[in-house]
Amino acid sequence: MIAFDFNYIKPTTAKEASKLFLNAKQEGYKAMFYSGGTEIITLGRVNRLQTDMVIDLKGIQECNVLEISDNELIIGSAVSLNEITHSKLFPLLGKTVQRIADHTSRNKITIGGNLNSELIYKEGILPLLAADAKVKLAKGKEQRIIPLEAVFNKQWKLDEGEFLVQILLDKGYLDLPHKALKKTRISKVGYPVVSAAALVKDNQIRIAFSGVCQYPFRSIELESVLNDTKVPIMERVGTALRHLPEDIVDDIQGTKAYRTFVLRNVLKDMLEELELTK
Amino acid sequence: MKSLSKASKQLIQLHVNGETHDAVVRSADTLLIALREQLGLTGAKRACENGDCGACTVLVNGKSSHSCLSLAVEVVNQPITTIEGLLDSPVSKAFVDNWAIQCGYCTPGFIVNCHSLITTHPNADDQLVEEWLQSNICRCTGYEEIREAVHTLLASGQKENE
Ligand SMILES: Cc1cc2nc3c(=O)[nH]c(=O)nc-3n(C[C@H](O)[C@H](O)[C@H](O)COP(=O)(O)OP(=O)(O)OC[C@H]3O[C@@H](n4cnc5c(N)ncnc54)[C@H](O)[C@@H]3O)c2cc1C
Ligand code: FES
Ligand code: FES
Repeated sequence: MIAFDFNYIKPTTAKEASKLFLNAKQEGYKAMFYSGGTEIITLGRVNRLQTDMVIDLKGIQECNVLEISDNELIIGSAVSLNEITHSKLFPLLGKTVQRIADHTSRNKITIGGNLNSELIYKEGILPLLAADAKVKLAKGKEQRIIPLEAVFNKQWKLDEGEFLVQILLDKGYLDLPHKALKKTRISKVGYPVVSAAALVKDNQIRIAFSGVCQYPFRSIELESVLNDTKVPIMERVGTALRHLPEDIVDDIQGTKAYRTFVLRNVLKDMLEELELTK
Repeated sequence: MKSLSKASKQLIQLHVNGETHDAVVRSADTLLIALREQLGLTGAKRACENGDCGACTVLVNGKSSHSCLSLAVEVVNQPITTIEGLLDSPVSKAFVDNWAIQCGYCTPGFIVNCHSLITTHPNADDQLVEEWLQSNICRCTGYEEIREAVHTLLASGQKENE
């Protein structure tokens, strides 16, 4: 049972949602954007978060879009992970999110919720980093479209009251050669020891990781090491490990040594398979 | 600071198993709590309350859903099916016929999820069955019998369609 009370509100426009958030803040209350709600409910139950108001984004039409329009794939932030997989519109994203949680949970977990999760994993972001995604953000009356990497670097840099409305992807990235690999400790369902999503564009591998550091990341330096095909694969993998943005995670899900071992194998498998597609 | 009126309780209507029910809930109440404590529908079981075990599975809009991961106020306009709405369903019968029940605690969740699987994908292959069944945990570890129950149903459905 969630021990505290909060107001539940379901606005129909992005403007209204942001206004509700900002008004609550002005009056000294805490509001949270609510998408699938699975994280808010589970963390609320164990008192790891408290809120006075939840603003359900599922009533906003823009947040429910999943379509190709002109040269872009548009994914609303309230679209469920299963809907993304079933649509087959961006296979790398479909495969990556298909390994998040379990099938029943994926009917409820949304891409916006996954990307803004408190957890370090946010696996849905990996294909988006690799594919130079843009994001549409809303705050008050204003909306802005900017590259994902301009607002996500280790963590989100959203303004107060600003939220993710849509993800936009250039159509040219959707059907490139790709591979998603997720290694868990025991069962197939679980948080990643290492999760990686990669695609090949213009003969270059682009790859993003989760479970390795305290945040999901893509590193251009690491990619340039991996793409140096004059060097034997295992040597490249060894050098790549020295180009991680920070120390490898060492926790109950996997020690640093174990994660390093798994990462080495993931990189080797990725390179061997993706280089055949070049 | 102005006061934010946080109504502690409100009257909502839930559409469950083809009937409309009144329920008095807190916004913070999950669908699982509302079903069990307001509507007396105790088939959906309370276990991990964390989305991990599937004991609380119901159908919302025809899709499997952990009722511990939804707020009751969130699903007011949506059709909900619980295990009580699947009495004498082919899946329930297949579970009995295949001895796919031990203590029975996980059974309602499994049956609801398997019902959704079989109605959505009557031609499901092994990989799809595995993907769907990973959502439910059986502490008595009766997985083999559960898998057989699903395969028996799929096979009989596929034969009928031939
Ligand atoms: C059983 C289970 C297993 C899981 N396994 C994995 C896993 O393997 N890998 C993984 O990466 N994750 C995993 N997760 C975590 C899951 O992806 C996150 O908890 C995710 O936040 C849930 O999405 P939601 O839509 O339900 O989020 P919500 O609970 O609605 O929101 C989560 C957070 O994001 C914020 N938020 C939501 N939408 C927006 C938006 N549009 N703009 C700005 N902020 C927003 C909310 O305010 C909140 O802080 C698992 C979760 C469960 C329940
Ligand atoms: S009680 Fe809901 S998934 Fe375990
Ligand atoms: S039959 Fe006992 S938990 Fe599954």
